[in-house]
Formats: sequence, C-alpha cells, structure tokens
Amino acid sequence: MKSKVIRQLQDKAIWIVFLVLFIAFAIANDKFLSSSNLFTIARQVSMFGIAAVGMTFVILIGGIDLATGSIITIVNVVAAYLMVKMEFSIAAAIGTSLILATAIGALNGFMVAKIKMPAIIATFATQIIFEGAAYMLSGGTPIFGFDPAFKIFGQGYVGPVPVPVIIMAISFTVGAFILNKTYFGRYFYAVGGNEEASRLSGIKVNGIKFLIYSLSGLFAGIAGIVMLSRTNSAQPTAGRGFEFDVITCVVLGGVSVSGGYGKISNVIAGTLIIGILTNGMVLMNVSTYMQMVVKGLVLILAVGFDSIQNKNGLVKL
Amino acid sequence: MNDEYVLQLQHITKEYPGVVALKDVSLEVKKGEILALIGENGAGKSTLIKTCSGAVIPTAGKIVVNGKTFTSMSPQLAAENGIAIIYQEFNNVKGLSAAENLFLGNPIKKGIVIDKKAMEREAEKAFNQLNIKIDPKKLVGDLTVGYQQMIEIAKAIKQNARVLIMDEPSAPLTSAEVESMFKVCELLKAKGVSIIYISHRLDEIFRLSDRIVVLRDGEYVKTLITKDSHVEELIHLMVGRDLTETYPARTDCINRDETVLELQNVSGNGDKDISFQLHKGEVLGLGGLVGAGRTELAQMIFGAVEKTSGRMFLKGKEIHPKSPRQAIDAGIALVPEDRKRHGALLTISVKNNINMPTYPKISFLSVIKSRKESEVATYYQKNLLIKTPSIHQIVKNLSGGNQQKVILGKWLAANSELIIFDEPTRGIDVGAKVEIYTLINRLVEQGKSILLISSEMEELMGMSDRIIVLAEGKITGELKRDSFDQKTIMRMASAV
Repeated sequence: MKSKVIRQLQDKAIWIVFLVLFIAFAIANDKFLSSSNLFTIARQVSMFGIAAVGMTFVILIGGIDLATGSIITIVNVVAAYLMVKMEFSIAAAIGTSLILATAIGALNGFMVAKIKMPAIIATFATQIIFEGAAYMLSGGTPIFGFDPAFKIFGQGYVGPVPVPVIIMAISFTVGAFILNKTYFGRYFYAVGGNEEASRLSGIKVNGIKFLIYSLSGLFAGIAGIVMLSRTNSAQPTAGRGFEFDVITCVVLGGVSVSGGYGKISNVIAGTLIIGILTNGMVLMNVSTYMQMVVKGLVLILAVGFDSIQNKNGLVKL
Repeated sequence: MNDEYVLQLQHITKEYPGVVALKDVSLEVKKGEILALIGENGAGKSTLIKTCSGAVIPTAGKIVVNGKTFTSMSPQLAAENGIAIIYQEFNNVKGLSAAENLFLGNPIKKGIVIDKKAMEREAEKAFNQLNIKIDPKKLVGDLTVGYQQMIEIAKAIKQNARVLIMDEPSAPLTSAEVESMFKVCELLKAKGVSIIYISHRLDEIFRLSDRIVVLRDGEYVKTLITKDSHVEELIHLMVGRDLTETYPARTDCINRDETVLELQNVSGNGDKDISFQLHKGEVLGLGGLVGAGRTELAQMIFGAVEKTSGRMFLKGKEIHPKSPRQAIDAGIALVPEDRKRHGALLTISVKNNINMPTYPKISFLSVIKSRKESEVATYYQKNLLIKTPSIHQIVKNLSGGNQQKVILGKWLAANSELIIFDEPTRGIDVGAKVEIYTLINRLVEQGKSILLISSEMEELMGMSDRIIVLAEGKITGELKRDSFDQKTIMRMASAV
C-alpha cells in the first residue's frame, strides 16, 4: 500500500518539477515566455518526444537502445541522398529511409531477443556501424538541395501549430494507445516486470522484444525525417549523442530503468523538462559544455531516484 | 563428557514469521564419526546445518564447538573453528586450475606475484593425502562434477576443517564417483575428521554412517546407531506421524474411459522414460523427494522445456509443445512452484494477470475490449473468492493464497483442461490451503484433470486419486488411493 502512495506522489511529482522549472525560467528571463520562444521549445523537443515513444517501450521491458542517434543520422543521410542524388520523390525517400530505420531496429531486436546479446552492447555496436555507414555514404560532407515541399515536416505550420509538434503529439498518442488500449501494451508491462513469468503466461517474449526494438527504430527514423526537414541539410553527425537526451527524457518521465513501470503521460513531462532546461540554459548564455554537465547530472538524479526506489523494494521485489 | 564431542547443537530453535522451522533440536558430533542427518522434504535438515555456517541465525539455542559456546555463527567463525560445509552448488571458479581453486582467497605468493609452481606442488600433496588423482594444472571447468567435489573437500581439509558437513553430496555423482567419494570420507574419518552427511539415499547412509539423527517437521525424532537399525525403522521414524489435516471430501469424478494426458517413454530435462496416463476428472499425484525430477516433468508437459524423446498425447492427439504458448493453446496450464518468480506477474494488476494468456481472444485488431476484460477478471475474482480491494490492485500487494488464486483464475479464463499444480500450497497459510484444496476438488468435479506435485506427503495422499512416485528422474512406483501408505511412498521415493 505504501508503495502505491509513493508511486502516486511520484506520478504527479514530475509535473510539479516541470511547473517549478517553467516558472523559474520565466522569472529569470523575460524572453522565455514569449510565444516565439515557446514555439521554439516545442519544435526543439518534438524530435526528442517522437524518439522517446520508442525508447519508452524499450526501457519499459528493461532494455536500452543506444542506436537512436545513429539511426537519426543514417535516416538524414539516406533520405537526403535518395532525394538529391537518386532523384527519389519525397514520399519514396521518406518511405525507404523509415524502412531502413525499422530494419536497423529489427536487427537490434534480433540480437537482443534471439542471440541474447546484452542490449547495451548490441545497440552500441549498431550505433557505431551506422554512424560509420552514414559517413561513408555522405562522403563526410553535408547533402542539401531538397524540394522546398520537404520543409513542411520540420518547419511547416498547421494554423499556429508547428507540424513537428503535431507529429510529436500523434506519436505520443499512438504510444499511449498501444500501451493502454492494445494487448501489446499489457505484454510490454508484463515482460518488463518478469520475463520468465510472462513466458509461462503464454507471451512470446522474444517476439515482443523484436517488435519493440523495431518500433524504437521506426520512431527514431521519424525523428530523423523531422530533423532533416528542419535543418534542410543532412549532416553526417546529425544525430550524434541524441540517444542520451532521449533516454534522459524517458527516465526523467519515471520509466523505471529496470523495466515494468512507466507512463507516456509522464514521459511527456520528462521531455518538456529537457526542452525548457536546454532552452532556458541557452537563453541564460550557459555554455554548451556546462549544459552537458547539467544534463548529465539530471540523468544521474533521475536514475538515482529510480534506483533508490528499487533498492528500497518499493518498485520491484 | 564434552571432550568427546567436536560439535554440539543444543536446543536450536529457528522461527520465521508464522513458521517454526526448527523446534528445540539438539545433536552432537563425535570426533572421527560419520553422522547421518535424515528427514523428509522440509524436515529442517538444511536449516539446521545452515546454523553451523552462520547462514541461518538461530532464534534460540547454542552451538558448542570444541568446548567454545556460541549463540550464532558467522562464515568466518565457522571457518576459524574448523567447520566446513560442502553445498550442492560448488564454490569454485571454473576458469581457474585445480591448484588455483584450492588456494582461492589465499594464494601462495612470491613477493606480489602468485607462485603457480608452489601452489601446484602443494595441491599435488593435498590431493595425494586424500588419495585423489587430479592434475593440479587442469581447469576446474574441465573436471567432472566428482572431481570438483573432491577439490571442495581438499580445500576444506587444507583449511583445517575438523567437521565437514556434506549436503546431498552424492546427488550429482555417478555411481563410480560415489564410490570414490565414500573412500575419501572413510579416509577422513580415519584421520579424525567428523562428517555430517545429509542424504535422501538410505542405502548410502547404512553403508557409510556410524549414527543417524532423524528430523521430522523441524523437530528432533531420534538418534540411531546405524548398525543396530534398519531401513524399515528409519522410514517409520521419518514419516511416522498421523494424518492430522482433514482434506475436503470429494466424490469420485474420474471418467476412466477418457484419457486426457498420456506420456509414452518421455525423456529429457533430467527425466528418463516416463510413461503414464491421466484420466478426465482425475487428480494424479506426483510424489518424490526434492530433485526427483517432478518439476522438470511438469516443465516438459507445459512446453517450458522441450522433451528430447518419447511421445505425448492430449485427448488422444499427439502434441509437441515447444513453448508454453503452444501448451496453453492445447489446453494445458501450469501453476508453478515458485509463485513469485514464475507464476504471478507481481508488478501488474489482478485484471491484467487473469487475462494475460487470453488477450488476443478478447481483442479486436489487438485493441482490448475493456468491458470484456473487466468482466472476465471480476467473474474469476468472485468465483475464486480472491480477496483484493479491486481488480485493479497490483498482485504484489495480495497475500500468497490470493496470488495463487489469481494464477488459477488466469488458467480457468484460458479454459485449460489439464492443470498442473507444482507445490500449490507452499508458503500459504492453513486457511488458504483448504481453500486451494476445495478449488482443486471443484475443478475435477467440473471435468478438469489435475497433475499434482507435492512434497507434503499428507497433501499428496489427501488430494490424489492415484500417486506416481519419481526418484532420480524415473518412475519408481504407482499407488491407487486404497493402497496409499506413507512408508511405501517413502521407500519408492528413496529408491530402496
């Protein structure tokens, strides 16, 4: 019972943290509350948010996906290459690169589920492989010169709302729908809580893992398209380190790193916190390096909180 | 008088919340004797020896070693006072050599460098003393289990153990290895080392031991002089209790014309050549000692582990369950022994647990029909009288008996025909036990078939229509209800 009370408190706590930070930045800097800045934040976090949906699934089953950043990079480079060098249509380029992103995720899933490789190593290896591949394909130089219509995904608006924000909102909705309304969601929580008991309850655990890593690849791929459309140029380092921010968003959102617990609604809060933190620090002229230090500390804080709960037996047995 | 004994356990009591594991147990070990410790599953043997190593702290009682009195031990104290325990799981490093394992923790050094040559020399000497032939350079992982055990013994002797406690040492060994282990035991005895020997195998006890201490239900029963005793007396002392608990009555609902499960010469997962039939409406008990291969058999029937040979039929149709999913779809369910690790999904709700195997059936395009989901959960919550504030409660917060009912509800929702219960009442309080028994009766009355694994002799005899006894992975006997007898079962289980 006690654990339930604490869980519920923690449930709300992340939104309180968000509000406190929001107010603090609003007081500290008068530019923060301007509508243009708020939209900037929303556009910035949209990529994190999209990728965070896939990462939420992965962490929910007690896994990790370090390939997110390099999937974003390879999607940038491949989509750009197809559009510019191969004269693919926008739709064909997006379709092909999203299939590639999903396939990379599926490769991770295969290694983790079938070969039983530790997720941290398997996805670390794919991270390096596809970062290298992206570099080779691009020749190390940016690729640009797309059809102006491609801008819409990163820079377009529907009414006053930026398109990437809409894509993020759809991603979160789909994520929440999968977790709460479909039986796959039930399976994810079950597998994250106890793999063997899940298998003995008839869940095809390996299939679930394969599916989840594939989905993580797909969501990273979508984030990659948004990024490419925003920057209008494919950089061979586009997604470097991206997984760090995404993991932070998810863990800050209360998804337990040992699996089994987590909600999309709180991951939204986690994502927004990372968004305003980054934006606030930029507005306050905090150096990039200092930002790294702060973000690292935030991750330690989030995981530390989760681990202390685990240690106290409040979350897991 | 005290000088005669190297180790005395005096009035040891160990209580856990709600359970008394040991009640006022005393025993003495003389210098240079082999003392056998026997008892049924759960008699308290392991708990008792763990008090000697400090793994269990007694609630009351004293441990006297060489005249020094302790109220509890610690691993260090035990080592300092010459007590060594050889567990079934060896404490070795497979990637190191025999010599290095012998000196694990305190290697011979030359300066700061480990002196391999010297260790190998010393190891050779230590092995020679015990008349065992092991190449000290060989990796332990490449040695047979028998030799690994010898290294454990050599390690204990090198650390000046005066009392060696061996927990089921013969269980993993081949018969030839058992012979060499016996020789080592005799040799140690001649050197004045005392041995406490725990084994289910009564024939070994009669060959090896000088005296036998019998425990039952956590209590001391009797000490016997081995040469003045015999197997029948021992079995009588081990099981000699009256059937006290009453089991809810059940009308015979067996349909003998309808075979639900049939195994023909099934082997694998440690079991050999298992054949039996289970009829509709029957409770078939699987008796045997811990490690006899009953859980392993259940795993094969449930598809959690694949059988290697033999045939399996469910309602006349041959099945090859390769995964629990396939077994579940065929109508087989398993209520596993380890409820918290393998049975209930503790971190999710009662509702989700009950529906887990059947979600695809109550969903449309993978979207759950949530009203149906709640209906099913509520139905089984009421039907099985699961005590929970709501179906949304996390299963972790339920009592053991109610968790067990949630697991059962899950299989009833999945419409299972054959339900395998592996130790269904372990760790459950008496009231909840009777409820589980009543439920089992209700299930067979509804035409389900039950395979019941139980280490509690009374439960097995009280609930089964028929009992098959396993020992060391093989069927050693079968009894009909009218010929149930504790001693017969014990004899079959001990394979004597």
